[in-house]
Amino acid sequence: MGVGHSHALYVHEHSPVHRLAPEAKVVAAFGLVVVIAVTPRQAVWAFAVYAAMVAGLVVLARVSFGFVAIRLLAVAPFVVFALFIPFIATGETVEVWGLALSVDGLWATWNILAKAVLGASVSIVLTATTEIPEIIRGMGILHVPVLFTSIAMFMVRYLELIAEELKRTRLAMSSRGYDPRWLTQAAPIASAAGALFVRSYERGERVHAAMLSRGFTGTMPSLDARRATASEWAAATSLLLLAGVVATAAAVTS
Amino acid sequence: MVVAMHAPDGFLDPGTALVTALISLAVLAFALRQARSQLADKAIPLAGITAAFIFAAQMFNFPVAAGTTGHLIGAALAAILLGPSVGVVVVTIVVVVQALAFADGGLTALGYNVLNMAIIPAYGGYAIFRLFRSWLPKSTGGVVGATAVAAWASVVMAAIAFSIQWLFGASAPVPFDDVFVAMVGVHALIGVGEAVISSLAVGAVLASRPDLVYGARDLDQAQLADTKVKIRTFVIGGALVALVFAAVVSQFAVDNPDGLEHVAADTGFIDSGADHAWADFIFADYATAGISNETLSLAVAGIVGTLVTLAVAAGIFLTMRESRRKDTAPV
Amino acid sequence: MRVSGVEFSYPDGRAALRGVDLVVEAGERVAVLGPNGAGKTTLALHLNGIYMPSSGTVSIGDAPVVESNLTEVRRRVGLVFQDSNDQLFMPKVHDDVAFGPANLGVTGAELEQRVRSALAAVSGEALADRPAHHLSGGERRRAALATVLAMDPDVLVFDEPSSDLDGAGRRELVAALLSLDLTQVVITHDLPLALELCPRAVIMREGRIVADGDTRGLLADADLLAENRLELPYGFELGALEKD
Repeated sequence: MGVGHSHALYVHEHSPVHRLAPEAKVVAAFGLVVVIAVTPRQAVWAFAVYAAMVAGLVVLARVSFGFVAIRLLAVAPFVVFALFIPFIATGETVEVWGLALSVDGLWATWNILAKAVLGASVSIVLTATTEIPEIIRGMGILHVPVLFTSIAMFMVRYLELIAEELKRTRLAMSSRGYDPRWLTQAAPIASAAGALFVRSYERGERVHAAMLSRGFTGTMPSLDARRATASEWAAATSLLLLAGVVATAAAVTS
Repeated sequence: MVVAMHAPDGFLDPGTALVTALISLAVLAFALRQARSQLADKAIPLAGITAAFIFAAQMFNFPVAAGTTGHLIGAALAAILLGPSVGVVVVTIVVVVQALAFADGGLTALGYNVLNMAIIPAYGGYAIFRLFRSWLPKSTGGVVGATAVAAWASVVMAAIAFSIQWLFGASAPVPFDDVFVAMVGVHALIGVGEAVISSLAVGAVLASRPDLVYGARDLDQAQLADTKVKIRTFVIGGALVALVFAAVVSQFAVDNPDGLEHVAADTGFIDSGADHAWADFIFADYATAGISNETLSLAVAGIVGTLVTLAVAAGIFLTMRESRRKDTAPV
Repeated sequence: MRVSGVEFSYPDGRAALRGVDLVVEAGERVAVLGPNGAGKTTLALHLNGIYMPSSGTVSIGDAPVVESNLTEVRRRVGLVFQDSNDQLFMPKVHDDVAFGPANLGVTGAELEQRVRSALAAVSGEALADRPAHHLSGGERRRAALATVLAMDPDVLVFDEPSSDLDGAGRRELVAALLSLDLTQVVITHDLPLALELCPRAVIMREGRIVADGDTRGLLADADLLAENRLELPYGFELGALEKD
């Protein structure tokens, strides 16, 4: 969850995936993850196909697999949880290396791992090829309410500033010997958080004044009229269709 | 281990993912409408910057006990500072952007992630806040105290909600009882951290800019200056909450809940010829497998779930009433 | 620009301006000096209608600063804020510079042209595609200025323009401001900057203008400076600047 590396989420390249309009990419990403999530877990072959598709996207996007792997660490806690399941789950068991593991549990572990990793990978490719403000613009084109997208836009703009202020405060605090290990020592952090909220709020007021000063009258002007072309939509839908066919085949055959 | 927050794809089955997504969308549509009427357009950059603040605050872990850390959810805090509907919108944006842009939380898990990390703790937490505000003295101390309880409760409610979702849509044969105890137990502890940080943060804001705290907009200068909290009320209230809490959780942890079962049998609550077909249909086989007394577990789950739903509904109702009044009438 | 008898108090009752009268002719460059809390920023925010006086009037040229006129007023008066981060709120500098004219209804190729020329005026063409949080203090300052220039204003108001600049940044700023043929009002603590840039200066204290005249003359009056908590930098000799 390192927001200080938000520019490290995006990989600066010029690939076909990068060039694709954001709204098409968001729809494709979402759709792909949904299809993966509804695929029955027994159809292991289907997940192999999905993995190949995602790998293909990674290559097409000129993103390195190492990059994807590092970002996948975000799902690590759930991987750990999933690995525990066969040990704590109920149901009939099977002997593996002298341990009694629940069969259902093993399938469940597979299910979670496959879907979580694949889902996260799709998300990672999306962010590697689309800058966050563009993702937000794409959401707006997809009829997400403008109140939502404009708040999101401001959030993204000021995130690094605020994260840095918070980091600096904590640094200042720890350089004065503050090393909290127990919750009772959390008071200074909380006060710092409260003070930061006030400062952030006051900045919000100033930003609004700046917006008014440049003629803002309540609706954000639309600065970018670009829209996805028919062929871009075709590319996105063909990807989804392929995945859909795989999922249907999996559902029918299991 | 805050395992079930920011859950990835596949954690709950598709049916549950869909249903929670629909619920979340419906409530969000409502919250958006409320927020629009409450937010002057000056507040849009404000809301965005607050969202950034909550996002940043969530990144920092705080110590819960030696070695363990948790992180802030911030939904109750957002509701108390900005108003519940605005709070819901702000925290939802945080959760969505985390999933979409940081791969923190699955895209198909957004339905229950938003429900558990934004909607339930914000509306439910706000309802608890108002409840305690009405019991505690009308002062800064009262606001801070109410914030603490509300923040704690919001985390526990989120954990309960997830456990109940597990009951319906578990993807693994881990019994509901185990999940409930683990989730709610751990989050009761993490909730203490949320309570401490949220209440102190609200206190800090009240000290410099009391006009910025939505939940304290009814206090006048004199009341703001009153920072004492009636310790006694707190202790009694806290002890009661802890007792009820322990009683509920322990029923799941103990294999032979003789006491409660005995009472339940006496009152006809448990029917010896109970038909489990309906229960089997709704609740995932997984989640109820291995439970020694299924009906009891489901009953307690039902009660607890109803309480959470009531709290959220109360929060929604309160926000509707407040926006209709739209003035600084007594909170 | 004409400010007459302006008074203003904050919602919590604090009086910020107690009767301010100021006339600035087209093309003038005026420095606004004074101690913290004198009301300088508050006055600046009256110049484009962010704040409205409780009594008195403000007008920019022939346009009075009233509700119905605000769009025109805000086109004519460009306010450059103390913290550039407050002014750069869009994902990229290009979008920030386009924000102003877009609000005025400019679109398409003409919008792009305005953005390009505003950035060129501050030597900032290279900044267009960069996000604000990646810029240095000086770059942010220039970008913020560009966002205002894109609206084609008649008056520029600066709030502490040199506050986060290093030596080179300051030099670039002065060069930029001297090259702009617009009426300029410069709020500043940086007395040498005021002297270098503005032939005329006013001193504010406690919500009123207490002195108004030739900059050099004001800065040479040690008592006046002391009264208003102003101080020339150590080693700075007014006499050393006597031109031939």
